[in-house]
Amino acid sequence: MPDFLDLFWLIPLVPLVGVTVNGLLGRRIKSEKVIATIACATILTSFILSAGAVYELAQLPVEERHVEIVLYEWIPSGVAHLSDDALYAESATFSIPFAFLLDPLSAVMILVVTGVGSLIHIYAAGYMHGDKGYYRFFTYLNLFVFFMLILVLGNSYGLMFIGWEGVGLCSYLLIGYYIGKRSAGDAGKKAFIVNRIGDLGFILGIFTVFFTFGSLQYLEVFERAQEFEVGAGAITAACLFFLIGAIGKSAQIPLFVWLPDAMEGPAPVSALIHAATMVTAGIYMIARSSALFTLSPIAMAAVATVGAATALMAATIALVQNDIKRVLAYSTVSQLGYMVMACGVGAFSVGVFHLVTHSFFKALLFLGAGSVMHALSDELDMWKMGNVKKYMPTTHWTFLVGCLAIAGIPGLAGFFSKDEILWYAWSGPHGHPIFWAVGTLVAGLTAFYMFRMYFLVFQGTSRMDPQVEEHAHESPRAMTVPLMVLAVLSIFGGYIGIPGVLRVGPLASLHERFNLLEWLAPSLGGESHAAVAAARDSLLASAQPAIGFLQEAEQVAEEAGHGLELVLMLISTIVALAGVGFAYFIYVKMPRRADVLYQRFQGAYRVLWNKYYVDELYDALFVNRTKDAGDALWVIDDALLDGLVNATGNATRRSASASVAFDDMVVDGAVNAVGDELSRSSRILRGWQTGYVQNYALIIALGIFVIISAYLFLP
Amino acid sequence: MNVSLLTVVIFLPALGALGIALLVPKTNENAIKWIANAIALVDFALSLTLLRGFDSASTQLQHVTKVSWIPQLGVEYFIGIDGISLLLVILTTGLGFIAVLSSWTYIQKRNKEYYATLLLLQTGILGVFVSFDFFLFYVFWEVMLVPMYFLIGVWGSKNRLYAAIKFFLYTLFGSVLMLLGIIALYLANFAETGVYTFNILEFYRLTLSPDLQWWIFLAFFLGFAIKVPMFPFHTWLPDAHVQAPTAASVILAGVLLKMGAYGFLRLSLPILPDATRQFVPMIAVLSIIAIIYGGLVALMQKDWKSLVAYSSVSHMGFITLGIFMLNPIALQGGIFQMLAHGVATGGLFLIVGLIYERMHTREIARFSGLAQVMPVYATLFAILAFASLGMPTLNGFIGEFLVLVGTFQESRQYAFFAVWGVVLAAAYLLWLFQRVMLGEVEDDEIAGLKDLNLREAMTLIPLVVMAIFMGVYPKPFLEMIEQPVNAIIARVRPGYFDGTGVTPPPLPSTPDATTAALPVDANDQLEDLLQQQLGEPDNETDESSEK
Repeated sequence: MPDFLDLFWLIPLVPLVGVTVNGLLGRRIKSEKVIATIACATILTSFILSAGAVYELAQLPVEERHVEIVLYEWIPSGVAHLSDDALYAESATFSIPFAFLLDPLSAVMILVVTGVGSLIHIYAAGYMHGDKGYYRFFTYLNLFVFFMLILVLGNSYGLMFIGWEGVGLCSYLLIGYYIGKRSAGDAGKKAFIVNRIGDLGFILGIFTVFFTFGSLQYLEVFERAQEFEVGAGAITAACLFFLIGAIGKSAQIPLFVWLPDAMEGPAPVSALIHAATMVTAGIYMIARSSALFTLSPIAMAAVATVGAATALMAATIALVQNDIKRVLAYSTVSQLGYMVMACGVGAFSVGVFHLVTHSFFKALLFLGAGSVMHALSDELDMWKMGNVKKYMPTTHWTFLVGCLAIAGIPGLAGFFSKDEILWYAWSGPHGHPIFWAVGTLVAGLTAFYMFRMYFLVFQGTSRMDPQVEEHAHESPRAMTVPLMVLAVLSIFGGYIGIPGVLRVGPLASLHERFNLLEWLAPSLGGESHAAVAAARDSLLASAQPAIGFLQEAEQVAEEAGHGLELVLMLISTIVALAGVGFAYFIYVKMPRRADVLYQRFQGAYRVLWNKYYVDELYDALFVNRTKDAGDALWVIDDALLDGLVNATGNATRRSASASVAFDDMVVDGAVNAVGDELSRSSRILRGWQTGYVQNYALIIALGIFVIISAYLFLP
Repeated sequence: MNVSLLTVVIFLPALGALGIALLVPKTNENAIKWIANAIALVDFALSLTLLRGFDSASTQLQHVTKVSWIPQLGVEYFIGIDGISLLLVILTTGLGFIAVLSSWTYIQKRNKEYYATLLLLQTGILGVFVSFDFFLFYVFWEVMLVPMYFLIGVWGSKNRLYAAIKFFLYTLFGSVLMLLGIIALYLANFAETGVYTFNILEFYRLTLSPDLQWWIFLAFFLGFAIKVPMFPFHTWLPDAHVQAPTAASVILAGVLLKMGAYGFLRLSLPILPDATRQFVPMIAVLSIIAIIYGGLVALMQKDWKSLVAYSSVSHMGFITLGIFMLNPIALQGGIFQMLAHGVATGGLFLIVGLIYERMHTREIARFSGLAQVMPVYATLFAILAFASLGMPTLNGFIGEFLVLVGTFQESRQYAFFAVWGVVLAAAYLLWLFQRVMLGEVEDDEIAGLKDLNLREAMTLIPLVVMAIFMGVYPKPFLEMIEQPVNAIIARVRPGYFDGTGVTPPPLPSTPDATTAALPVDANDQLEDLLQQQLGEPDNETDESSEK
């Protein structure tokens, strides 16, 4: 009976129409309006289809909320022998169907991708106005949405990998979009290659999964995973490999270096790809594999540690950056670390919750930054801004909303999701107070650097170039309207996941209706391995314990008398407010303080300014070593291997000339007498002997050809 | 006798070459070009008709022609195709046509000889992929060398003579050893069965002693490894590629290298299963070295074409790795990669050729910002580059991915090292792309370049379309090779399919001779030939004509 559910396979394909039309005909279509309309229309259609499908999915009973559609058999291959770890069977046929799965998790993801994606497309229509490669830009952007939707809708790791690589490709194309700019090309290449290192982990993870479970399709894999014990070696290996993939895509330590450079792309690209969607693919992947991760405490600990360390490291770097987009980039790395940490402590749904709210406010902030750049002739240095609010009221207040939201000021979206993460970091099944402490510290740092940026850009006195200031203007409506929509989402987006302690009064009834965490539970069946152990019967049953886990956590909270949760919440709020206040104090109240602090902590500042010298380290350790290896092997190839060949050739030639000499003097001397006579009589034949190898060879070839044809055609 | 469709496909280019050589005056260059293109196109179209009624579920040879050729030695003209051969034949005719088409303006001298040679080359290569008589196979294998030698030596660039001779001697060395192996096999077969024959399908049934297998394998190995080329026998390849004219590079990379891999899987594996298993570790290690080594060396090349040449060394490493993992997934992957590499790398060589024709240099440092002046060219290059570096939904991914899956099954260590080739491929291709295509347009010569014209685009677009199609919908290709692959694996690795629920098909068996023994009277022969040419109906049986 449901219509949209039958059609959800169209969701990823519609943007492909935009790719085809704009990609093939874009150069002929001179009108920006037509190009932008095609691009925006395709993705809005996807959004409508997604909304319809998700609505219908929600009408189904909880245990039926997974719809699969197989389009065709993509890679059918041969029979494989599974590894010794495999419990399920000894052999299996390797096959990847091109098929989609709509379940609560992918439902959330497609809404984010198409929803935020639509807003950013509309914004880009204004932002890219007048650009030479307008059609190219929208072709890439639509292609990106296509691959991103494949990534989240695919029903197997194989399909996820298509999307995974595809979004990497689009990221490459869009970072390097300004093709005349050298640094853009460098950044794109760096992003792709660093990601490929992560992909290497992903591929090995895929192999491990296949040879352990005999399948790559989520539902089959997770069902079979129930038969394994907690701590099974194969599952730990698979999870750690997946983690490497996630580290690459979601820019975690040690592969985060590509994301800040990726800011070379146009602002809408940063917002869509490098904030809201693509970089969250790693979190999606871990959440999607929660049934595996929860079976491996080692992997969970690794995930949480990587996330926490990244969150902290990136936040400290963001403290001192002056480039408005780089601050946001490091902030993104840090927030992604937050999400990864959430997954690592076992609160996958909370990680996804933060993914959603973050996509709202970080897209808002990037687009806001883009709007500022647009107005200030592409200025990026915050020290050359100041008092921009005078010229850009809408950008100003929406940006402020974004800053408040990410800083975790109560009532806005970021507060809810961040606070849930901190709570589970403390109390979650794999949580530890250390994770909570790191998270709280990062929250304070985040509030500080975000408001440092806000004050430097929008408040205080203008430090703008007078020429630049002259042209400063509010952005067109195509850009401000998406900002406003995102601002509204950044305010109210958090109410889909109200923390237990706040579920009172009207919030409680709201919680009854919209609860993201409960919605996600069926997809994240393995929230707690204790729960998994209790529900080995079937995958569907595992939805129950996941909900059970939430209730369990609530019980813990209640046992602690909600008091602990409230205290922790209070602490993090105070820390966030302190961060804001400190920024205000330094950058507005007493501007000279910044210099004093800088003088006092010069050493630390320099380390942070140079991003802990990680890029330099990698250049020295890996990039240059690889090039050296290439050079060295090239020398070996040219001198040694080829040298051997040439030496053999030379030796042969020398021995040949020696033979010739011998021939001439000794043998020939005797023969010549006879030969002279013969040669006189052989003049006729001489014409044939041109002495060119080529001619001889041609005759041989033709001769063979004639013989064959003779035998063939004259049977 | 009827001339079978397959025979026509093979010999049409050679007949065309003969026609051009004998009938068309040298001065009429346009006629030469048109005729050559028409012949190549017709040959491609004919090869596609082989697909009609082709039964990919069967491992038996189809379109068989089997007549005695040199009865004293038991040599037969025995050709036929299974799924593997068919795909390679179509790849050859397809790339063959593109190679001919791409030469239109590139070749400036001796057009007549050039096109005749190029077409002759095609016959040689096609013959290798369809011969099931080892003697015939060897003849084609050798015949093919000669036109290639000329193409490099006459129409190549500056250092062409060195490259041509190197190519010729290298491969000749390999094939001489192969010939020894063939003779040993021939005699061993006689010792076992008492029949003198070069029939490859009969060799499949031999049970040779492991010792003998070992020696024969080694002899074959050198012949095939040089052709592939495997590390460390690859040094002829960069020279040959850099010096060869574009069309020859396309054929060289696209199909000629595949002959080596084809030799391994058609001959070494099923004829010498015991020795094959013994050699697996060595070949696997050499393949992995080739993958990584080729990638690293490609990274540091300063010459655009030589970079693509070294990338071939790396990609061919995946193919040999896939063949010698001795399981159906890896072998399917290896064969698919043969096709995919032919399409993608063939395209990349065309790309280099197109710019060389315009700028007369291939030095990477000389280029910059081409994407701004030649957007169509840049786009097509980008797609082919991404196909080559294994982007899912493009063809390069499918083959390498399957090879890696199959490799992982046998050895995680192998897989771990081989997978780095994928990272390196991204590095050298994207760096190349960045250096030549991106950045500012630096001088007037580049600024004045023209984007592709229709003919040039038409050489690339079919390859790009193919790269996408094979990546999105690889199923028909994989299905075509599935059964032959299973048959080979079952032979080289008995017991692999035990307990898997899959019954492997048998290797192809010798069909009945399609025509009676040779007529003795020469007059009869002449008569027959005349009859054929006059198109008189002929009622002798021919399997292919029934299809």
